[in-house]
Parts: sequence; C-alpha cells; structure tokens
Amino acid sequence: MMGALFKIRGGVHPDDRKHLTKDLAIEKIPMPPVLHLPLQQHIGAHAEPEVERGDKVLKGQVIARAKGMISAPVHAPTSGTILGLHSYHSPTASGLRWQTITMRPDGFDRWIRRAPPLDPLTCRPEEISRRVADCGVVGMGGATFPSAIKLNLGDRHKLEQLVINGSECEPYLTCDDRLMREKAAQVIDGARIMAHSIGVVQVIIAIEDNKPEAIAAMREAAADVPDTSVVTVPSHYPMGAEKQLIQTLTGKETPAGKLTADIGVVVHNAATALAVHDAVRHGKPLIDRVVTVSGGAVARPRNIQAPFGTPIFDLLEFCGGLKEEPEVILVGGPMMGQPIKSVHAPILKGTNGVLALTRAETASRQVMPCIRCAACVSACPMGLLPLDMAARVRKDELDSAVKIGLMDCISCGACSYVCPSNIPLVQYFNFAKGRLKAIDGEQRKQRLTRKLATLRLTRMEEQMRAKKEAFARRKAEQAEKAAQAAAAQPAAQSGAQEAVAQSGGSAETGAAEGGDRQ
Amino acid sequence: MSSRTVISGPYAHEKASVRRSMTLVMLALAPATAFSFYLFAWPAIFLFLLIAAAVLAFEAASLAIAGKPVRIFLTDGSALLTGWLLAMSLPPSAPWWIGLAGAAIAIIVGKQIFGGLGQNIFNPAMVARVALLISFPLEMTSYVEPTPLFSNLAPHFGDSLAAFFGLGGHVDAVSGASILGHIKTELGRGASLSEALAGQSGLGALGLGQVTGSLGETSAALLALGGIFLIAMRVISWRIPVAMLATLAAMASLFNFLGPDHYPNAAIHLLSGASILGAFFIATDPVTSPVSPRGQLLFGMGCGALVFIIRTWAGYPEGMAFAILLMNAATPLIDRYVRPRIFGHGAKKSGAASK
Repeated sequence: MMGALFKIRGGVHPDDRKHLTKDLAIEKIPMPPVLHLPLQQHIGAHAEPEVERGDKVLKGQVIARAKGMISAPVHAPTSGTILGLHSYHSPTASGLRWQTITMRPDGFDRWIRRAPPLDPLTCRPEEISRRVADCGVVGMGGATFPSAIKLNLGDRHKLEQLVINGSECEPYLTCDDRLMREKAAQVIDGARIMAHSIGVVQVIIAIEDNKPEAIAAMREAAADVPDTSVVTVPSHYPMGAEKQLIQTLTGKETPAGKLTADIGVVVHNAATALAVHDAVRHGKPLIDRVVTVSGGAVARPRNIQAPFGTPIFDLLEFCGGLKEEPEVILVGGPMMGQPIKSVHAPILKGTNGVLALTRAETASRQVMPCIRCAACVSACPMGLLPLDMAARVRKDELDSAVKIGLMDCISCGACSYVCPSNIPLVQYFNFAKGRLKAIDGEQRKQRLTRKLATLRLTRMEEQMRAKKEAFARRKAEQAEKAAQAAAAQPAAQSGAQEAVAQSGGSAETGAAEGGDRQ
Repeated sequence: MSSRTVISGPYAHEKASVRRSMTLVMLALAPATAFSFYLFAWPAIFLFLLIAAAVLAFEAASLAIAGKPVRIFLTDGSALLTGWLLAMSLPPSAPWWIGLAGAAIAIIVGKQIFGGLGQNIFNPAMVARVALLISFPLEMTSYVEPTPLFSNLAPHFGDSLAAFFGLGGHVDAVSGASILGHIKTELGRGASLSEALAGQSGLGALGLGQVTGSLGETSAALLALGGIFLIAMRVISWRIPVAMLATLAAMASLFNFLGPDHYPNAAIHLLSGASILGAFFIATDPVTSPVSPRGQLLFGMGCGALVFIIRTWAGYPEGMAFAILLMNAATPLIDRYVRPRIFGHGAKKSGAASK
C-alpha cells in the first residue's frame, strides 16, 4: 500500500527521554477545586461568553460560543458554578492575563443532555463538520486550529489522503503514544469519520519508530479497516511538522505559502481523531485531554487525563510535586514549547505536555560568537541559513531576513539545538516575526487612519462646499431682495399698475434667478 | 526559575560547544603531531610548545585590550588550535623567533583585529604562515631530514634547546628538501620527473610520513585518520576535503596522463606536502569556509584546483596556504550566491493537485 518513505532535509535526533512516562497508563486527575477556562484556547477569534457570575452550569454546556469564521466554543468540563469572568494568568512566557471564565466544580459531574450520536456513514459530510465545530474540537497537537474548518477543505480542494499524525516527535511527550495504545480503535474510527467528512478514501496513520507498542496496537485495530494503513516513520525531529511528515510519506513538497490541502493531503493529530470520534459517536464536546507531565524535576511523571482549565499547579501536585528546583517549567515539548510564568495558569486544548526541566536537562550554556560551523544549516528542515538570518535580524535588517526565508522558518528549534555556540537562533526569528507582524499591523492601522482621514477630508470639503453654496444662495437672495427693493422704487415711480400686476412669489423668484445668472 | 531573557526554545541541547569542537580537532591532530615529534625530536617539540604558549599569551592580551571576558574565550580552544595548526605548517627546525612572530601574526593580525572568534575572513594560521614565508624565505624553506627521538641521530635535549634559542649549541642535522621542493628544483633544471624522483622515498614512506617537510606535511596516513575521525564525529563535513582532494587528484591525473615526464601523478600530490592536513584541518576551518553544502563543494574544488596550479606553475613548490587564503577571500561571495533551495520554493515535485 505504501511505498518506500522519502527523506526529509535536515532535522536532528534529540534524546527522546520518553522512557520517563511511556509505560505509564493514562490516569484521571481528581476534579480540581477551580477551573480557569480562557475564551481563547484556539487560533482565531476568541469565544463569546454565554454565562454570568453565579450561573449554574452542567458538564458539556457551552459557556462561551464561537464568534466569527475561525473560532471554537468553550464547554464546561464539569458541572458547577461560574465564579466570574475576569482576566487570569495565561500559560505563556509573558504570563499575560487573558479573559477567562472561572468555575467551581460542584462535584456531581452532571452532564447536560448531549447531542445524539451521528451515524457517520449515512449523514452528510457537513453534518460531521458542524458537529465537530459545535463540540469545540481543535487541533490537539498544539496548533489548536479549529478542526471543523479543516474538515471542510474537501469543498475547495481535490484531496487524496488523510494523514493522522501520531509521530509525537517532541522529546518527553507520550500522551499520543498512550492514546494510540489505549484507545486505538477509537482513534481509527475518528480517522475514518474525518476521511468521510473530507471525502477521501485513503487514511495513513504515521507513527515514529520509537513507539513500537503504539504501532502494534494501531496495526491491530486497523487490520480489518479498509484503506487504512499504519506507517512507521523514522524518529527524526521535526517529523511531526506536517509539511515534513507529508514529504516523508509521499515525497511531495508543499509549496511555500500554500496549505497541505493544495497538494491533496490533510493532516490531523491522533488526539484530534479521538476527539472527533467522541463528538460524532457520543456527542461529547472537547472538555478534557491527556497531558504528559514529565521532566527531571517532577517527582513522579505521569500521563494525566485532565479537564481543561486545570491549573498546572494541580497537575504537578498530582505528580507528587517537584523534587528539585526546575530551571524552567514549560507547556509543550522541550523543542517548541514555551516557558510559563505562573504555575497557576491552566492547561488548554492545545496543551500536550507540562515539563519541569532541570538545569542538566535544558543544557543551557554560555552563548559564544557564531563560528559559522553551518551545523544550523545542516539541521534546518526548511533549507534555510539560520546563521545568516540571525545576523540580519541582529542588525535589524528585517526585510533582508525575509528575503532569505524568515517567513519559511517553522520555529522548530533544530538550529538552536545543534548550535555549538548556543546562540538562541529561534529567539531571533520569533522576535523578528513578531516585529514584522507588529509593523504590519501598524502599517495597516496607518493605512486605515489615512483612509479615514481622507474620507473625513472629503466629507469636510463636501460640507464646506454645501455651506458655501448655502451661504452663496442666501447672499444671492439677500442681494436679490436688495435689488428688488431698489427696483421697487423706480418701478413704483414708473408705473404702479405694472408693479401691481407682477406682485406674487413666482415673479420675484424669476427676477432673482435672472439676476444671479448675470 | 531563573530570570532568563531568552524565552524561545529549545530547552534541550546537543552535546555541542565551541570548546568541544576545537578539542576534537586537536584530538584528531594529536597522533600525527606525536609522530612528528618522534620524527623531528626536540627542536620540533620546543617549537610547538613555544607557539602554544605564545598564542595563548597574545590571545589573552588581545582579549584584555578589547575588554572581552578573557577566561571564556581563552579556554574555548580556538587560539590553541590556531597555534597548533601554525606549528604544523612550519619547518620543524625553525628558530624560536619564527614561532613567536608567527603566533603574533596569527592571533593579532589574523584573528583579533577582525573582531576575534568567528569574525576573521582568513584562516589565521595560514595568514601567519604566508606572512612568514614571504618575509623569511630562507628559514621557512630550510628542512632537515628526520632524526627520530631515541635514535642515534636524535639531537640531545640541551643542545637542541640551546640551538633553538640561538645560543650556540650544535645540532647535527642533515638538511634536505621536501619532495615537492625537490621535484620543482629538478624539473626547473630540465630534468625529467623520473630522474627527479630517483632516489626519493617511495609512496609508502610518503604515506607513513618518514620524509622531510613541515611538521604537518609528514604522515599523511595519520592525518587522514584524524580527518575521518572528525567527519565521523560530525565536527566537519566530508564535502570540503573530498571535493578538494578529488579535484587535486583529477587535475594531477589529467596532466600526468598528458605529460608523464613533467607532472607528478595524483598519489604524489595527495600524499606529499600539506594536502591531507590542508584538506581535513585547514580548509575546513568553519569560520573561513562557506556554510551551504554546495558552497562547500565549490570551495573545496577551488582549493584543490589552486593547489595544483600553484604547485605546478607558480614559483612556490607548495601552494596549500595560498590556495586556502584565496578561497577564503572568495567565501563571502560564495555564501552570497550559493544558497540551499528553500523548502517549498521552486520544488520539482510540487504536484499541485488542487484548482
């Protein structure tokens, strides 16, 4: 079914450190005392709150609805009371406060009446994507793009394959590994539902070769499912990046600035497939997920099924707390994850890992000057020259950095990972991308301001002209009146009869107009 | 948690550092160096130690003047490696002041004036070697026959030390010429290549290194082993050495085929002079060579061709240092125009299935 695999460019082979959690079954965390649910847990417009302080909500109830084309609703992960809508710590490096709904679980975990199961084989594809949208399903590999939109891609693109990304190439993370082992049949069912929705036949489930148990479990579950194959891909970071994964599987290169759908392939994460299964078969909205809590500073690393909004602090406590002072606490994997400022911040739909790493693990070192060793060039999966781009960003030559490929950078971190001088290359690139976005926004704002100013100017000119005209008219009227008054006397003198005959509005006006014209 | 200003990942790192790379290169040089010490005995060892001490001193002084952290940069190994390569490129019997002047030129002029580690355009050791070669042609081309340590020929420690510092002391040494120098002289006199090679050591000796020459011109075999070690450890890529040696061999073979009596064959070119040292250890200096894979191939080919051209038609019997410096000068240009293809740009297999 699948031919030989294709090689990707660059990449690295980090120590995967998955042994810390790969043999630990998924455990459910006891319901935390409070849940913090940000309105923005996905890419796109934030959700619009549907509840108010003091409201009682049921498990699965929509507490914030999707707003706009690209958005996703937020559901209550359990039953309880809404404590309020406020700004609260986000699981980000800045710790910026986000609009968040905070609720107190009541401990009963009572479900709202769920949507009835759909039969994916008889219902229309739109029904599936609508259900997925209603259930708030987003890409769970970390990108958090609303999945329903990707399920509609078949409308505008000629699609050939659905790829389920089970590569889980980030070190430490084993949540997808565990899901594929423990819920293989459901993941495959979810994948087939998605395939039906986007209108493709062939489903490829790609799993890195460091997960033999998941491969075996998925193969077994897929054995009797037609057109569904499990493909072992090499453990080679960043295999999980969708463009790289597609290249490995099909040899096709997604053109820059295009979607993978443009070359006929749609990629969904394995956990997303499970969420789709739950949504379609059980009417269950996305309210929880599996998170790998690991790292050398964690007392007892675990794979935890936790409701969204669970504070990271509670997850760490469930793992026995920290056994030593960590160098950093991250959400996501060590390659692309981001450090968090506060452990009180919650986990979100895209949080696949919480890592507390020791200094030895992060291996941070003295930053040295670039020795142009080109290790970053060999490591870059996109064929970029990271050292050159970083040098240009450093000199604040952002446009020239863009010219040599800054926007093609996927921030995978392979370059920084290998850099012997320990130069924070990704930091430069992310900074530059952020600056450009800000500049772009600024320019858009300027353009808008200019446009509005021009409009205002024309409007004012219009008003001025109107005023002037009115003024001129009035003046003319007055002049005419004066002229009439002046004319009245000689007329009175010349012949009273004529004046009497012409008395009346129309005659006056006609005279005024005639005067104006002259 | 520490208050780090860098917030982007990755929060993992390969076991790579500047110091590690430099140390591995020195490790790869060690067997050939040890063998050269054995061959040329005390004078070579004194020269090496003096240069090592001098480069560190000049580096420390330069860093202090520039206001840079001395300890961090002094221990990165780069200065020591420069000194090491400089020592390898000098005649083993060179006097102390040659070593000292070379160290000063390499570190101050070749490296620190440009801004220190990573900033120089030219390989510092080669800058020093060429400056010395042009300034002191006599001292830089006076070679001695090997006088192995622990053999009857070996000069005594004390005598060597005195001679090294020019304080009298007599060392018996048979002066000789390197094989490339010998060939050049003989061909220049109108002799044929076979006459020139008569009585010279065979290829086996060339490969193993029991020949006259600079410290690093002996023992092609040990140097090649070191080079392969570096490729295996991924400290250097295979591209520059392979492109360079292949180009040199190809040009030598071509001309040898056209005029067997005037042009030495590929084996002599590869095994003599600084071919192996230059290809694996000097041309691969990351700072002064291109960064893209195709750029590296181009650079290696350029070095190989220039070495052949200079050896064959220019005034010097050996052209490694010149060839590398010339290609160093071309590196910014190569880096500007030879870039990898960016993923998704101009791909052959874009297979546009949509629309």
